[in-house]
Amino acid sequence: MSTDLYRTVRLIRRFEERAIEFVRSGEIVGGIHPYVGQEGIAAGVCAALGPDDVITSTHRGHGHVLARGANPARLMAELMGRESGLNKGRGGSMHAADFSLGILGANAIVGAAGSIATGAAWALRQQGKDSVAATFFGDGAMNEGMLLEAFNLAALWQVPVVFVCENNGYATTMPVASAVAGSITGRARAFGIPAFTVDGQDPEKVLEATSTAVARARAGKGPTFLECTTYRFDAHHTFEHRTRLTYRSTEEITTGRSRCPVEIQGARLTAADRAAVDAEVESLLEAAAGIALGSAHPDPAAALSYLYAGEI
Amino acid sequence: MPKLSYLKALNRALADELERDPAVFVLGEDIRAAASNVTAGLHARFGSDRVLDTPLSEQAFTNFATGAALVGMRPVIEFQIPSLLFLVFEQIANQAHKFSLMTGGQCKVPVTYVVPGSGSRTGWAGQHSDHPYSLFAHVGVKTVVPATPADAYGLLVTAIRDDDPVVFFAPSAALGVRDDLDFAALAPVPLGVGRVARAGDDVTVVALGHLVHDALAVADELAQRMSVEVFDPRTVYPLDVDGLIASVQKTGRLVVIDDSNRTSGFAAEVLAVVAEHCTLTAPPRRVTRPDGAVLPFALALDRAVQPGREQLLTTLLEMS
Repeated sequence: MSTDLYRTVRLIRRFEERAIEFVRSGEIVGGIHPYVGQEGIAAGVCAALGPDDVITSTHRGHGHVLARGANPARLMAELMGRESGLNKGRGGSMHAADFSLGILGANAIVGAAGSIATGAAWALRQQGKDSVAATFFGDGAMNEGMLLEAFNLAALWQVPVVFVCENNGYATTMPVASAVAGSITGRARAFGIPAFTVDGQDPEKVLEATSTAVARARAGKGPTFLECTTYRFDAHHTFEHRTRLTYRSTEEITTGRSRCPVEIQGARLTAADRAAVDAEVESLLEAAAGIALGSAHPDPAAALSYLYAGEI
Repeated sequence: MPKLSYLKALNRALADELERDPAVFVLGEDIRAAASNVTAGLHARFGSDRVLDTPLSEQAFTNFATGAALVGMRPVIEFQIPSLLFLVFEQIANQAHKFSLMTGGQCKVPVTYVVPGSGSRTGWAGQHSDHPYSLFAHVGVKTVVPATPADAYGLLVTAIRDDDPVVFFAPSAALGVRDDLDFAALAPVPLGVGRVARAGDDVTVVALGHLVHDALAVADELAQRMSVEVFDPRTVYPLDVDGLIASVQKTGRLVVIDDSNRTSGFAAEVLAVVAEHCTLTAPPRRVTRPDGAVLPFALALDRAVQPGREQLLTTLLEMS
């Protein structure tokens, strides 16, 4: 498991670094919200899920999608708007989805996916399955009423959902302390949902906490809330690489980056094992980038394909 | 033949679909007690999991329905108040409607949003009296406004079986309409297919929902002076363009009566479509709510800003 978790965090890190390069080179248009620094959360949460479980993701979603097992070439092709992308180039960075893996989509409206995941988890239980939904969102979403409403529905109806709050300290540029009255876990507890703060930089701690939450959900005991503390190493969005916003001090960024999930998990492997995983990831991503770059662009005549389920 | 009211037709359609398809469930506020009467008897028959009474959390339960639909359910949401659709416009227009395209066709979102009591309810004032079907047509969400009990039944059944989101407006002023019907003949009505509610030769009146009945009454009143054709599109989006054109090409004249605010409303779209396809013998006319109307409370004021029989009659006489 240590090696698997390391492979996942390393894959996400290197995928994001390559994606940032492709933003700079213009292969990815519109930019991305890099997940760099937060990899431990996606890796730990998704490692605790089974094949019939589902997830929802966010605007900063590549890590969740990769950790859930999406094909890196198809995700990269999606970021490049290619026909071979996960969403056939119709979704892009903020909407990557792979329903065959239970990835019910990344959502670009902060706080929206929590209620979608709650509905999906409720429905799967109605269908007699023992599926659990894990829904990711940031600290900024804790101020969206729709998400607080979802906590209430999930708790009332004992829905098998795990709420995963990635607290990276900022909603874009707004610090948590300036945005959240009371506490993040306190808000979940107000609905009777057990809530825990977890070190999101350590994939194994996230895995352990999520496993407990998933077991609880499967046992019919309802939702659990995990506040995973983390730090966003890079920009809110790659537009920051040009605008140089100054909401975080150099000292803070240095301190924040000092606890790196890739290093924390990597230190649990022997040097030889780690090097082998690194090589495997490089080779996988090299191939993925090649496939993505070689993929066809969608035909503009098909710009509104898939708008409806059939002809109207 | 037995009488069937519009309201009872909605109830019957829900019951039939709940019975037919285990993926169908209804959710909304006060639906267990059936405050609007649309879900009367359904909780006792189908239980709490399929007639799911919700807290006052419209945004979350609208997305909840989307999530359930993404994994194979066919939720029907009842909204007690038309203005609640403003509160969940994001969840319908920006979430449910966009999932299919954004995922490259990986999923379907078959949710039906039912508003039993849209438009003025007489005396419910500014925040309970809207009729926002034009908004949903504008963003491309399938939208229906049936006029009769048979169409209410048939279009609700179709909306529930449709694989896309559908907004279903049941005008408050139509809920009491009762028709003699053979219940065995009740059947699904396809989306995007209008009907000629009354055939005529001199002018086409396009009307939706409760206004179809007003248009028919005016046509009767004017029968000695002009032959009025009443065309009921039934579906606002997708619009039955062929049926509309056929009617206007026959009559050469057009009046649209529409319970929307005037600017960018449904009537404006009908005029535009007709202008693109037909040569008219007189300028087309609209009878609508005024621009930017907010329904005032006092009854005389409420009535003053709604399109009605008198304005339609006057408009038709001006055209003759």
